[in-house]
Amino acid sequence: MHPAIRINSVTKCFGATLALAGIDLEIAQGEFFGLLGPNGAGKTTLISALAGLVRADSGSLAVMGHDVQSAYRSARRLLGVVPQELVFDPFFTVRETLLMQSGYYGIRNNAAWIGEIIEALDLGDKADASMRTLSGGMKRRVLVAQALVHRPPVIVLDEPTAGVDVELRQTLWRFIRRLNGEGHTIVLTTHYLEEAESHCGRIAMLKQGRIVALDTTANLLRQFSVHRLRLRLAAGGELPAALHARAVEEAGCWVLSFADFAEVEVMLAQLREACCPISEINIGQPELEEAFLAVMQRDA
Amino acid sequence: MTGFRTLLYKEVLRFWKVSFQTIAAPVLTALLYLLIFSHVLEDHVQVYDSIGYAAFLVPGLVMMSILQNAFANSSSSLIQSKVTGNIVFVLLTPITYAEFWLAYVLAAVVRGMVVGFGVLAVTLFWDTPLLVAPLWIVVFALLGGAILGTLGIIAGVWADKYDQLAAFQNFIIVPLTFLSGVFYSIHSLPPFWQSLSHWNPVFYMIDGFRYGFFGISDVSPWLSLLVAGASFAVLAGLTLAMLKSGYKLRS
Ligand SMILES: Nc1ncnc2c1ncn2[C@@H]1O[C@H](COP(=O)(O)OP(=O)(O)OP(=O)(O)O)[C@@H](O)[C@H]1O
Ligand SMILES: [Mg+2]
Repeated sequence: MHPAIRINSVTKCFGATLALAGIDLEIAQGEFFGLLGPNGAGKTTLISALAGLVRADSGSLAVMGHDVQSAYRSARRLLGVVPQELVFDPFFTVRETLLMQSGYYGIRNNAAWIGEIIEALDLGDKADASMRTLSGGMKRRVLVAQALVHRPPVIVLDEPTAGVDVELRQTLWRFIRRLNGEGHTIVLTTHYLEEAESHCGRIAMLKQGRIVALDTTANLLRQFSVHRLRLRLAAGGELPAALHARAVEEAGCWVLSFADFAEVEVMLAQLREACCPISEINIGQPELEEAFLAVMQRDA
Repeated sequence: MTGFRTLLYKEVLRFWKVSFQTIAAPVLTALLYLLIFSHVLEDHVQVYDSIGYAAFLVPGLVMMSILQNAFANSSSSLIQSKVTGNIVFVLLTPITYAEFWLAYVLAAVVRGMVVGFGVLAVTLFWDTPLLVAPLWIVVFALLGGAILGTLGIIAGVWADKYDQLAAFQNFIIVPLTFLSGVFYSIHSLPPFWQSLSHWNPVFYMIDGFRYGFFGISDVSPWLSLLVAGASFAVLAGLTLAMLKSGYKLRS
């Protein structure tokens, strides 16, 4: 079975800017994959190279085994891209836009599937409204819908939730997860790291055109971020000196970081030994944001 | 084929939805030319012995409208899609560069024909043209529309901004069409300008088109066909090579 996406040693320069500095990446079919990185890291350039909007200077890219240059027609049929920029054609209505888009892919009689997408993305009320009258979030939904008209097995979403309200984000993720459950491969870029954390099985972090971390989300969390024990001491309580090394004071609480749950017991034992009275205690989950920052600083 | 047909349909629908601006306005412009020039020049200019000036002017104006509107259609559609960014919706799809070219050219030809018919229809109130050789009329109208539609693709892909496109139009397209014998026979020009006009391909398109109406022309319609056909082949080849290379569209 071909990987959904195979990228080999891809480089791309824009004048003096090295946007992609040799990317190697393989994404298996059925994955929910996250592509993260700061502004200007090269995420959109990589997606554009995959979609044939940008030509790589060297290296090769393939979608389900079809090279994006030499077999561009099959590669494009298998790929659905939601562009980052909020673009639209003001001359047409939502439904016309979607019918037109499926026509471009050579699909006729697609009304049933288009109806389903419109329904799933909550565009029903606006189906016959002109594109120019839609709000920004609505236009974003149409962009997502346009990428799905030809039922592509590989779907790439370049910041699909930028400027979108909470309700739609949930609707959108429900729909995308359903598609992923049905076997579609999903590649996502986003600056909302909690979204990547909750949906992506594997994540690549890009920085200045290079992949600086590539692992499962769980491994990245384990490796780069820390758990936190948050304590509020009762009046007169004094944190034992042994714990000061790992503690920071934050809004009247002590936050003790640890990597392994075995350490919790040690910390609690030390507190008990010092007869330190505790009024409140909770344990926080590691966050992808920390892992992200740790990776970006590590490679500074 | 469905991809190509959809793109063609979209391009036709695009100008049809704003037909007041894309069809009615150019018809009115041509009508104004006819009113003014025929009124001022009717008694002063006699191009061919058997034909009044207004009648002489009509085919030229029709052809000029076809050419200018074919150019306007593909060039303005492309620059608009590029500036707004919605060209990606086409670039993401499996539509080939040849289909892309053909869809834009055919839509330009359709717009040219619709406007040309409109101009012809309103000018019928002045002078009934003769239609001596209708086949020549159709051939030159189609060929002229296709040539300028192709030129419009080149201009639309090349230009990054609207003013660059306006420059292309004002400094290339307008002089070529105005100095092609729309308003006069080139035989009435001084020798220098006469020989210069022979280097203008648009002159042959208009001369051949006019031959279809009157059976009279400055040069043989076969020569005009040859020149127009060769211009089309060269421009089409150039445009296809440009689109294949991804120039300005796929960075
Ligand atoms: N068409 C272009 N011309 C010149 N430079 C470009 C072009 N496209 C991208 N770049 C440059 O390439 C680099 C990577 O840009 P890219 O858009 O891929 O970043 P990104 O990771 O998508 O960032 P963001 O999170 O802001 O969307 C940047 O330095 C950008 O300025
Ligand atoms: Mg981007």
